[in-house]
Amino acid sequence: MTAPKVIVIGGSAGALEPLTTIAAALPASFPIPLVAVLHIPDDFENTLPETIGRRCTIPVQEGMHGTRLSCGLILAPPNYHLLLEADGTVALSLDAPVGYSRPSIDVLFESAALAYGARVLGIVLSGANDDGARGLAAIRQAGGTVWVQDPQTASAAYMPDAALRLVGADRVAPPREIGTALLAFAPEAARNG
Amino acid sequence: MTRAGTPWHDGGEPPFDQQVRHLLDVVYERYQYDFRDYAPASIHRRVRQALSDLRCESVADLEDAVRHDAGMLSRLLQYLTIQVSDLFRDPEFWLALRLQVVPLLRTWPSLKLWIPGVAGGEELYAMAILLSEEGLLDRTVIYATDMNREALKAAEAGVYPLARLAGFSRNYQRAGGTRSLSEYYTAAYDSARFSRTLTGQVVFADHDLVTDSVFSEVQLISCRNVLIYFTPALQNRVLQLFSDSLVNGGVLCLGTKETLQFSPRAVDYQPIDARYRIFRRVQR
Repeated sequence: MTAPKVIVIGGSAGALEPLTTIAAALPASFPIPLVAVLHIPDDFENTLPETIGRRCTIPVQEGMHGTRLSCGLILAPPNYHLLLEADGTVALSLDAPVGYSRPSIDVLFESAALAYGARVLGIVLSGANDDGARGLAAIRQAGGTVWVQDPQTASAAYMPDAALRLVGADRVAPPREIGTALLAFAPEAARNG
Repeated sequence: MTRAGTPWHDGGEPPFDQQVRHLLDVVYERYQYDFRDYAPASIHRRVRQALSDLRCESVADLEDAVRHDAGMLSRLLQYLTIQVSDLFRDPEFWLALRLQVVPLLRTWPSLKLWIPGVAGGEELYAMAILLSEEGLLDRTVIYATDMNREALKAAEAGVYPLARLAGFSRNYQRAGGTRSLSEYYTAAYDSARFSRTLTGQVVFADHDLVTDSVFSEVQLISCRNVLIYFTPALQNRVLQLFSDSLVNGGVLCLGTKETLQFSPRAVDYQPIDARYRIFRRVQR
């Protein structure tokens, strides 16, 4: 497949570990931006970027309104939806929670599908609700690629199972393999700038 | 995005973003509500939501309905402008306001505050409660403005579902509240109505940040989580409006995930509390 322009990732219960494993597999020079929504408690002190960043070489930061996508991982701040704009920036919103979730994985994924069309790779990780499945469907409908963490390797299989039921997947794999597979995009993405 | 140049009526359906742009053009031309510089990602979501709730088959259907029916426009407006906030959202911000900004506010003999995009009024009631507890409410006029008249009515009514009050109350305590939040509202059935004494000197007014201009000189503007719905160009216009409205030394509060750093108007401000996005207007 062609290298994606952006990789969007979503997870809930049990997703911190697989997300960190995937991010830690990438070198600092990895050219494709990653954007992730994890459901976390609405706590003003968001320590997630530091927690993940300590174990990675790619930069990890919390998304602000207007942040420009670049190398590294951007995380949605607690209690905001995070969306992607077609101009390559991040937008936040305080629209109502979707399925009790804000940030919502579906909101991120649907905005990515609209802004980047077929050049999106969406990945659903461990989680205990079905957020992400509809968003993954939107990505596939726009011609993008969908991967799902192997439910057998997920500490909460509900979310990957729901995604597989609704959408299926181009790849079902444990987190370590997902990281390795992402690495394979690097040469082409670097060439395309 | 290879179809970017496709004309409107050329066989196939234009891409969704173009359809939405066309809808917003119609809304502007016919009713002078200008959403054309709203950040596209959120607008797209809201239009999708409206399509589904208002039972329109397509954006073109919705556009047609809006064009011929002002009632439909006012229903659409509720989707395009609605914002959900909480009383004392980000309690640490309110604590910082109490500790670092209230002493500044005391230095002015009378105060004018502006809360643009007041929506359902959550930020207004939080502000009025804080000022009241600090003994400043009596000498303060608050301008609470919004482009959405339905929202203004809701803000003026100050009625919230009882189910939300537990969260409001938790925030209030964390924000350094000195009393019990229940002293400020009366509960009836499943809702709570905030006290009229809080809004005695509040002016509710129809004002659109996109198309309207400065209407008063003020000592403080609290505009949290409104700019996130605007494109950078529109954010700059609005920040210019704020710079022109604030007295020298006046205070600007933005949302905790909003930043001045991408705007040329950053030169007008110095941080009072950079983390909680509280700034002071300085002379250029």
